This record gives sequence, structure tokens and C-alpha cells, in this order.
Amino acid sequence: MSNLIETRNLTRILHETVPVTLVKDITLAIGEREFVAVTGPSGSGKSSLLYLLGLLDRPTEGTLFVAGRETEGMSEAERAAIRLSTIGFVFQFHFLLPEFTARENVEIPMRRLAKLSRPAMRERAGELLRSLGLGDHLDKRPDQMSGGQRQRVAVARALANDPPLILADEPTGSLDSRNSEQVFTILEALVRERGKTVVAVTHDLDMAARMDRRLHLIDGMLDGNLPTETPKPD
Amino acid sequence: MRLIFEIALTHIAGRGRQTLVAAFGVAIGVGFSIAMAALMQGGQDDFVRQLVDTMPHVQITDEQRTARRQPAEDAFDVVAIAGLRPRDDRRGIINPTAALSWLRAWIPGRLAPSLKLQGVIRYSGREVGASVIGVEPTVEVGVSPIVEDFRQGSFSALAVGGNNVLIGDTMANRLGAGLGDTITVVSAQGLTRNFKIAGLFHTGSTARDEGEAYVLLKNAQILSERPNAINEIRIKLDDPNGAPLVAQRAEAELGYKAVAWQEANESILEALVVRNVIMYTVVGAILLVAGFGIFNIISTITHEKARDIAIMKSLGFPAGDMRRLFLLEGLAIGAAGSVGGWLIGFLLVYGLSLVRFEIAATGQEMTRLPIAWSVLHYVIASAFALGSAAVAGYLPARRAARVNPVDIIRGAT
Repeated sequence: MSNLIETRNLTRILHETVPVTLVKDITLAIGEREFVAVTGPSGSGKSSLLYLLGLLDRPTEGTLFVAGRETEGMSEAERAAIRLSTIGFVFQFHFLLPEFTARENVEIPMRRLAKLSRPAMRERAGELLRSLGLGDHLDKRPDQMSGGQRQRVAVARALANDPPLILADEPTGSLDSRNSEQVFTILEALVRERGKTVVAVTHDLDMAARMDRRLHLIDGMLDGNLPTETPKPD
Repeated sequence: MRLIFEIALTHIAGRGRQTLVAAFGVAIGVGFSIAMAALMQGGQDDFVRQLVDTMPHVQITDEQRTARRQPAEDAFDVVAIAGLRPRDDRRGIINPTAALSWLRAWIPGRLAPSLKLQGVIRYSGREVGASVIGVEPTVEVGVSPIVEDFRQGSFSALAVGGNNVLIGDTMANRLGAGLGDTITVVSAQGLTRNFKIAGLFHTGSTARDEGEAYVLLKNAQILSERPNAINEIRIKLDDPNGAPLVAQRAEAELGYKAVAWQEANESILEALVVRNVIMYTVVGAILLVAGFGIFNIISTITHEKARDIAIMKSLGFPAGDMRRLFLLEGLAIGAAGSVGGWLIGFLLVYGLSLVRFEIAATGQEMTRLPIAWSVLHYVIASAFALGSAAVAGYLPARRAARVNPVDIIRGAT
């Protein structure tokens, strides 16, 4: 089975004074080397779906397999371990740790995983940042960089442990068009050149149109017969 | 783990002034706890030392605690005797020479026999009741600190021989007698003998200064008509703490009541224990208050860093890491405070040790505050501080670990 993500009837209901259904009955499969857009009007559950797929949230009902593993019965620590090694996140805001330099921020997930030696981590962090055009900013702290640069550092951090799956939540949402284009190009290159699977939530339909596959959500459900979905380019 | 430590350091370094205040609070607490412990311990040591110095460590008297084994018990297997109590037979310690040489053989210390009798001292028409204590001056020196307490004359005057007596200065005042005067001692047996005052002592204890008179052992034996008798053996041990064991063994072997100084002063020693309990309660309270400062700053950091917690969790840090992170921050502040507190404590104790004052009543004794230097005080104060820091860090840390990253990320987007 080469599906990175498989869901069956994934449902998430927030139990507040009035129960709110964020995501309902989502059944889908995402394989390797896919470049998937999640679109839909605001409040349609795009981000909620992404958090479920990224094991940040737990579904109320339904099953979810990540990299072939059933995730329902997992402890918090096991889910954290999967996030660490298998999933890279890029959010709308960069969410870098403000006290650390770009290179240190990229090193942090590697140090938690502790698979490489310290010099190797340093080397790899530098390489990742250089490959994203940040060779001159290795030792700058987030507040010394522009928004586009920070977002690229965040992408580098998502790649730190070389995960097969990158989940991006409005990765270009807070960037101007030039920086947006740059970040999009990088994400595309991750799929084409590095063989990653990228799932990106976006409200930018032009951008979604340039991706391989689109999941359109309306009111927490996959839109009808999935008319926007195109066959996988194999 | 080193990563967590580094992140913890950046967090507390990011709030430098607040961290400093919290650590300073702990330092003050630790410092004063150390100073207080040093004073309390010093006072206690000083008190016990005086107690131990002035008293014999073990005192064997010719009393018996329990009645002798009854012949009926030897004759029959089952005997019940009710209301048995020791016969009040104060004829002195039987066979004192054998008892003394047996004791000398194994006791690590010095011992002195004496004969104590009640009598009346007369001088120019006045009478004062007194304990007349017959001693052997050469061995008495080893067990009694009275040698140091002479105002006029000296203890060695007794050793010269003849009918010399040493009395307290208060008694001398009451009698109106001075050094060199001749007083009359009348014993309970009705015997009378004249003694020349060869020394006046002042121990500081009124009961002794007013009620004790020292004569040669043989004179006391003559006064009480008990040749060669003694009724008291006083023992000064090399190690005062061994007194209860020595007393136990001596009593078991000799059959006479042997009282260790700890037993004789049980109520005082109990009071000291109570004092220590009070002290540690206060120390605990001080450091608990310091703990609030730590709780405050760690709480603030966890609120401020909620976003960082969310992002670290999304990167794959488990909740346990977050708990460790903030617990570590609390402990780091507690540890920094402890080290600062050691310095403050050391300086305070040093300062206190320099203070000198006069006791107004006598006007001649320069006294220092009794101070005990002990590493243990530093260790205990730090342990208290780290304990309260751990609790103060753990509470907000537990909350931070429960942060749901989705809530934060959604809120920020």
C-alpha cells in the first residue's frame, strides 16, 4: 500500500453548547508524490481536515491511516513521534521560535529526533536553507527577516527530518504575490524534485488550479461527486 | 534533553528582570533560612555545651530504681509480689573501690567519687543549709568545671590538706564570711567541725553558689560517720553522646541508679526539638512564599509562549517534553536562587559572627552570638527551595502540556 493517507468517514464534531460539525464523512486516499489542493469557502473545514490528517486533532468518528498505520488507538506520545518523523507542517504564519536563528529553528526537529550527529544536523540545516535561497540568512533571527524569508525558513524546518508528507495551511496566505509565487514554486519543487507529497489548504483558486489534484470542501463535506478532481498524473 | 534545556534557558533569559526578581526572592529565603538555622543551631549547641560542661555526663548515686530480686522469686516458679519498691537504703555505694576500678577499666573518660551530705554551715550566729560535698581534689579536676570559676582563692587550696572548705560567693555574703574566715559545719548526724574558707567560687547558678560547700572526701566521711564511704560517682566522658550507653551498662552491672545527662535534662532537650520543628516550619514558609514568585513567572511564560508550545507540539514534541521544559525553568530559577542564597546566607552568618555584646547584668563578659557553621544548613535550605520551585514550576507546566495546538494555531490564523 503506497497511500500516505487513507481516511474512512472521517468526522470531527466540536462539542460546545451547540455541537459544531467541522468535518463530516470524509473518505479519501492520498498517495506518494501527490500535489493536492484543499479548497473551499472559509469555514468549510479545510484547516480542520488538515489538522486531522496531521494528527494535531483527533476525529470524533471514522478512521485514519497515516503511512499505513491506524492512528485511532495511539497515545499522544506516539502521535507526536509520527508528526516528528513523517509529517512536516507549514502554517500561514511562520511560527518560528523567536529566540533562535534560522539555522537553529531548522535544527530543532532534527535534535528532537536525534538521528544525526550535531555537525551533520548543522550541515543539513544549512543545506536546506541554502536550497531555498536563504544562504545569507542562516544566522538571522526571525525578527531580522522578511515575511517571505521566514516562510521559507518554515518550509525548511518542515523538511528537517525528511518527512514524506508536507501539510501546508494557507502557506501563502500572509504573503504578497511575489513571495507567494516563490513559496508555491518551492512547494511544487518538493513534489517534482524531492518526491514529497504536499497537501496545501488554499483559498487561491488560481494556485489550486496549478496543482495536480483538488479537494473541494463545502460545509465540512467533500463536494458532491468531486467534480474538480482530476485523475492522478501517473 | 539538552535541547529542552536550551529552550528553557532562552525562555527565562527572555524575561531577565522578572527572572532575577524571582530568583532573588528564593535567594533571600535561602539566605535567611541559612542564617536562622546557624543561629538556632548555634544557640542550641552552646546551650547543650554549657549543660554538658557543668554537669557530669553520667552520675551514679546510691539509689536504686527497682527493688532487688526477692528470695521468694528464687524459691518458687510462680510468684506475684505487689507494691514492691526499693528500700530506701542510703548507706552509700557498697564496695566503692571495686566499683571504681571496674568502671575505670572500661569507661572512656574520667571519673570521680564523692560523698554528698546535708549539713548546716554556721558563722557568727548565722546558719545556712548546704550540701557538703566531699571530693578528692586531684580527680575532681577531671570531672568538674568548677576549677575555672573561682573568684578568690583556688580549687587547689583543697588539695593542700587540712580543714579547708570552698564555698560559693553568695553563701559567703549571706554568712558575712570572707576568705580566710573559719566556719563551722554541722552534719545531719550532729557532728561539728571547723573549716577555714580557702576559696570562693561563682558558677553563675544561684542554687550552687548559695548551697554547695566542697571539702576533702575524708572530712565528709568523718562528718557523716561513714569512713571510706562514697555515695556518688560522677563520670565525664570523652564523648558526651555515649552517656546513655555507659549509664545503662553501669546500672546493669552495679545495680545503682546511673543517670545520663540526656535523661537528667530530658525536658530541656525536648524543648529543643520543638524549637527545631518551629524553625523548619518557618523556613518552609519563607521558601513557600519564594515559590509563589516562581509560580508567577512560569505561569506568565507559559501564557506568553503558548504559540511556541503549540508549534513545538505540532513539530512532534510530546506533551511530556512541554512539562519537562517548564518544570526545568522553575528548577533553574530555584537553583540560581539557591546559589545566590548560599552567598547571602554565608555573608549573613559571617556578619552575625562578628557581632559582640556585653551582658549588662555582670558587665564583664563579652559574648558573641553563638553561631554554628554547617554545610547541612545550606543543603537543607536548598532542598526546601528546589522542592518549592519544583512544585511552583510543575503546576503551570502541567497546564502548558495540555495546550491543544489546534486552538492556538486556529486562533493565530
